[in-house]
Amino acid sequence: MADETIILRVLRYRPEQDSEPTFQEYEVPYRKDWVVLDALNWIKEYKDGTLSFRWSCRMGVCGSCGMMVNGRARLTCNTFLREFYPNPITVEPLVNFDIERDLVICMDPFIEKLKRVKPWIIREDVKPVEDGPYEQSPAELYRYKQFSMCINCMLCYAACPVVGLHPEFIGPAALALGIRYLLDSRDQGWDERMEEVASHDGVWGCTFVGECSEVCPKHVDPAAAIQQGKVMATLDWFKRLLMPRGQR
Amino acid sequence: MAELLKHDVVIVGGGAAGLRAAIAVAERNPNLSVAVVSKIYPMRSHTVSAEGGAAAVIKANDSFEHHIYDTISGADWLADQDAVELFVHEAPKELTLLEHWGCPWSRDPDGTVAVRPFGGMKIERTWFAADKTGFHMLHTLYQTALRYVELTWYDEWFATKLLVDGDRCYGVVALELRTGAIRGITGKAVILCTGGAGRVFPFTTNAITKTGDGMALALRAGVPLKDMEFIQYHPTGLPGTGILITEAARGEGGIMVNKDGYRYLQDYGLGKPLDVNDPRHPVKRTMELGPRDKLSQAFVMEMRKGRTLKGPYGDYVLLDIRHLGEKKINEKLPFVRELARNYAGIDPVYEPIPVRPVVHYVMGGVDTDVDGRTVLDGLYAAGECACVSINGANRLGSNSLTECLVFGARAGHHAAEYVASAPDPNDSVLQKQVEEEAARIRKQFLEKTEGKERLVTVRKDMQNAMEDGVGIYRTEQSVQQALEKVLECRERFKEVYLDDHTVSFNTELISALELECMLDVALAMCHAALARRESRGAHQREDHPNRDDENFLKHSLVVLRDGQPKVEWKDVVITKWPPGERKYGADSGLPTDQK
Repeated sequence: MADETIILRVLRYRPEQDSEPTFQEYEVPYRKDWVVLDALNWIKEYKDGTLSFRWSCRMGVCGSCGMMVNGRARLTCNTFLREFYPNPITVEPLVNFDIERDLVICMDPFIEKLKRVKPWIIREDVKPVEDGPYEQSPAELYRYKQFSMCINCMLCYAACPVVGLHPEFIGPAALALGIRYLLDSRDQGWDERMEEVASHDGVWGCTFVGECSEVCPKHVDPAAAIQQGKVMATLDWFKRLLMPRGQR
Repeated sequence: MAELLKHDVVIVGGGAAGLRAAIAVAERNPNLSVAVVSKIYPMRSHTVSAEGGAAAVIKANDSFEHHIYDTISGADWLADQDAVELFVHEAPKELTLLEHWGCPWSRDPDGTVAVRPFGGMKIERTWFAADKTGFHMLHTLYQTALRYVELTWYDEWFATKLLVDGDRCYGVVALELRTGAIRGITGKAVILCTGGAGRVFPFTTNAITKTGDGMALALRAGVPLKDMEFIQYHPTGLPGTGILITEAARGEGGIMVNKDGYRYLQDYGLGKPLDVNDPRHPVKRTMELGPRDKLSQAFVMEMRKGRTLKGPYGDYVLLDIRHLGEKKINEKLPFVRELARNYAGIDPVYEPIPVRPVVHYVMGGVDTDVDGRTVLDGLYAAGECACVSINGANRLGSNSLTECLVFGARAGHHAAEYVASAPDPNDSVLQKQVEEEAARIRKQFLEKTEGKERLVTVRKDMQNAMEDGVGIYRTEQSVQQALEKVLECRERFKEVYLDDHTVSFNTELISALELECMLDVALAMCHAALARRESRGAHQREDHPNRDDENFLKHSLVVLRDGQPKVEWKDVVITKWPPGERKYGADSGLPTDQK
């Protein structure tokens, strides 16, 4: 038992010395209760400190450790070795992103896309804090709650074929968050947020492949959010046709 | 050498306290430029892992007095009562602000914010967003902060040193992970919001990032660390991983049993159990809703009596929530179910959850006043890395998220005022410090050509020494042994040789700098634990088993004098609540005149 091992094939890329990414193989102890992240940490601590990757909470909520595991976008902190044993496991950085180094991807485009959907409450009238919280019924909370569960792990960007072909596409996670705020009973930012959500880079970019919802580790179902967003954008288009801005 | 990156206020850390402070500065004075320096992307911060909730008085059956008394008695009277009063009064406003910013608080049927009970509370007052409260608070704060153009985001920059000119703090030296560049990020005020230090111990709920960085930076700059001997063990972590099972599981009615199925907490002064089907269960401040220190201590006693279960990761007991039923578990504790299924391999709807005490929180931290100010002008701290102190010898569950908001905001507001009148720094003095720090890091780690120690072995030896010597129960001898081991690890650290000598995204270098911080924090913890010759809250000295108000109703301060750690003392602020006996169970709660 203690002697069982498993092979990890890990994509390596160090910008200071490598002209292109290559695979490196590591033989790692196999433990039934180890996740892929445990194996990567064992490599880093005992065999090769030069291997770089992101992680933090190791409990599936911080969203740092998304990687391609045998070609599929996964959180490595809840992907167990036992799912693959005794076959080797291939670990690569999330696709559809530039690689900073090894398994670390460049986050800049995602942060920009997140800002585009204005993921904050927009109010025309601001309630003084002394007047207490807004009321929100459990039913009103339920309308957007699922889409607020996104941990920004970006597995959906790695899974989405549109992101690969059209890098400006705002993408599943950020769109789902934009729609989360559109659905929030406390929000009054419909017009300014809809400009982004209903734009060419917004919901209409989605071809409804649905892979985003397949890989989402938190069951946010961004594909469903985007479909709702398309309905909302259509209604918005009719409203604007009948009643141009400023007259509403 | 690259130029200084100049701002007005520099915030180190992008969790709840740091983001709240950033928004507070921007709201107070939109003309100020604010740097948010975080070693990970802010939405990855450890606030994300907080599950159960955040305390604030909002319901008609509750009162400020109840929250104050619960906090002070929970703290075993080591909290500063002026700070607690202020905290309790500002808490509802801060949680309401989060609500206005979009936090999806769970609701009662009438649309008002719902609350649940937590350990050590006389009245239920914990606001929650199912059992992912920290996650929702953090994302709400981060997304709200994105609207402020005054904020400059230094994402994935690791602060290694405070910049000090004369007797004022003027910024930090920080390493950009992407490029390896070491730069000075300056401002007239620095707010440390780097969180806790659970990773000093081997078995912790804390994320890998919780390495006490801000505490170490302050200590090295001559600022005292307060009450560092008080380490909170949360009674319900998953064996092996240390993943937290929230106290809300007990707040909703979960029970704890030993290997005989017996609710052992009744043997430890926590009251008598009611049947789980009794409508009065769970009784607040009683049994499973006792405070964390007492529950973790009860576990050790059960273990010594041979009444715990044995597993591959040591002894454990069982947290049973089966009687809540699948519907309530899915509605109120979905994350508990997800975590237990993924990491313990059991479904809590059908099986009890194996749990054991696990290092969770550091009550101590950088010594501050109620505005987050330290003894060094221009240096502030807030959140877990600070010690105001409202937590004293034992923090109550769900006070820490609120603390991040209340004191993050206060530090931000005060800093915004302070920078208007503080003198300008001498840039060439700061620039020289940046160059010296960059040279130190290159020489000690990147340009080193040999060394016989591996990072992981030094770290594990330090962690095991701390668990063995400065755990739930301590003695002078056990702490002394831990101290000697920590000192040995500090020597061995000088011999650490890294595999990675490159500059771009060198995470091994970051791990080394983090271990350097942890070795400082561990040293402070050992010295404080040795000096406090009494038992109070989370600090249980078996050689001094009683509380000693005559000699130790005081905060310990560990400060470096000529490079050597010294322990000094500071009085606890008592306003209206004279030290009394902590009572839980039937006669728990407020003194009779306040019932």
